[in-house]
Amino acid sequence: MRRSVSIAGLAAALVLGIGVWDTGQKGSVTSAQEKMSTMEVKIDNFSFGPVALTVPVGTTITWTNRDDIPHTVVSTDDPKTFKSKVLDTDEKFSFTFSKAGTYPYFCSIHPKMTGKVIVQ
Amino acid sequence: MSEKKKDELLHDHNHDGIDRRGFLKCMAWAGTGAFCVIKGGVLNSYSLSRMSEISTADMMGELSFVQISDSHMGFNKPANPDVVGTLKAAVDKVNGLSATPEFMLHTGDISHLSKPEEFDTVDQILKSAKPKDVFYVPGEHDVLNDDGKQFLERYGKGSKGGGWYSFDKKGVHFVGLVNVMNLKAGGLGTLGHEQLEWLEDDVKHLKHSTPIVVFAHIPLWSVYPEWGWGTEDSAQALAYLKKFGSVTVLNGHIHQTMQKVEGNVTFHTAASTAFPQPQPGKADSPGPMKVPAEQLRSVLGITDVNYVQGQHALAVVDSSLA
Repeated sequence: MRRSVSIAGLAAALVLGIGVWDTGQKGSVTSAQEKMSTMEVKIDNFSFGPVALTVPVGTTITWTNRDDIPHTVVSTDDPKTFKSKVLDTDEKFSFTFSKAGTYPYFCSIHPKMTGKVIVQ
Repeated sequence: MSEKKKDELLHDHNHDGIDRRGFLKCMAWAGTGAFCVIKGGVLNSYSLSRMSEISTADMMGELSFVQISDSHMGFNKPANPDVVGTLKAAVDKVNGLSATPEFMLHTGDISHLSKPEEFDTVDQILKSAKPKDVFYVPGEHDVLNDDGKQFLERYGKGSKGGGWYSFDKKGVHFVGLVNVMNLKAGGLGTLGHEQLEWLEDDVKHLKHSTPIVVFAHIPLWSVYPEWGWGTEDSAQALAYLKKFGSVTVLNGHIHQTMQKVEGNVTFHTAASTAFPQPQPGKADSPGPMKVPAEQLRSVLGITDVNYVQGQHALAVVDSSLA
């Protein structure tokens, strides 16, 4: 599905002669743009890496716990924008940021672990 | 008081009543089993191998109980692939004590992932301990997913709010506190306003001579804030206990034994029965610390506590599983 979309996107870009950067429409996204729509955060050694991440609106971030202890990913706002279940080693949590803003978050089990997502 | 023996260390008062060198020596012994007793600000320590030669008046007393902590049932990573086995070894250790303790305190992280089967397994294993009564306070691993509802259903009978409570045994007043709920980003453990108000009221009418034992999961003193090893509002709690002549604070969470004396308050943390953690700052993070398999049981342990009527402080003895 991905490959066919990116080929279609490249074709569309070539035809139009313009790179299409509208991330809201999957059909016209280039392969470079597609790589941007999913970002990874690694959880290891009681820290989020990278600690601060700036992404475009519409990006899906996937947190993967590589630590040997469980962690959570919980936004600090109220009501909570996102809140993962408990992630044991190798478990993942994904969230798609559809609204611009700054989203500080932390691990509710080990609150000294903090991170931040900036959506532009 | 017993006469001087070869491995008995008697240390003079410092200007603040504490001999820090003596404490460091005693803490180094703690892993292999040391008996550290503070009497009137003076530290006496005896190696466990000489315990039989110490007068029973010094050793036993009116009340004895055991603290176990951080069983993390469900943990199965290399630091300890058999937390069932090590918990059973801890129970064997308890059952092997010369004086059967009256009850046990579990200072939290009973389970690793708050799963019902994890709690069930711990309950099952503790059934074979000679002390039949166990009093619990939750660790952060026990209140995942449901804001502690399951923990309260299992262990919170008679408790208030997030699970705090008190009880009396042979004239000693025990207070179980909860400092693992409503943790804030970037923060430490927290007791909260409601619990602090309850505590103030709970101890208000007690005589100053009543020995107090407070038990909670996260240390109530600042062991290492960078790793979250402390409680934000514990100073307020300790202020309510200032009037008492003997306060013993028993905590877990850091998976190693540590002790500190501040005036009339003795703070003590227990080893885990599951896996050790590094000393403050000695590693990148406070996660499970791998040790050679044959050394594992020597860094896990239980804590035996004895109260002798008329003595100033409770005698707190750590012993490792091997």
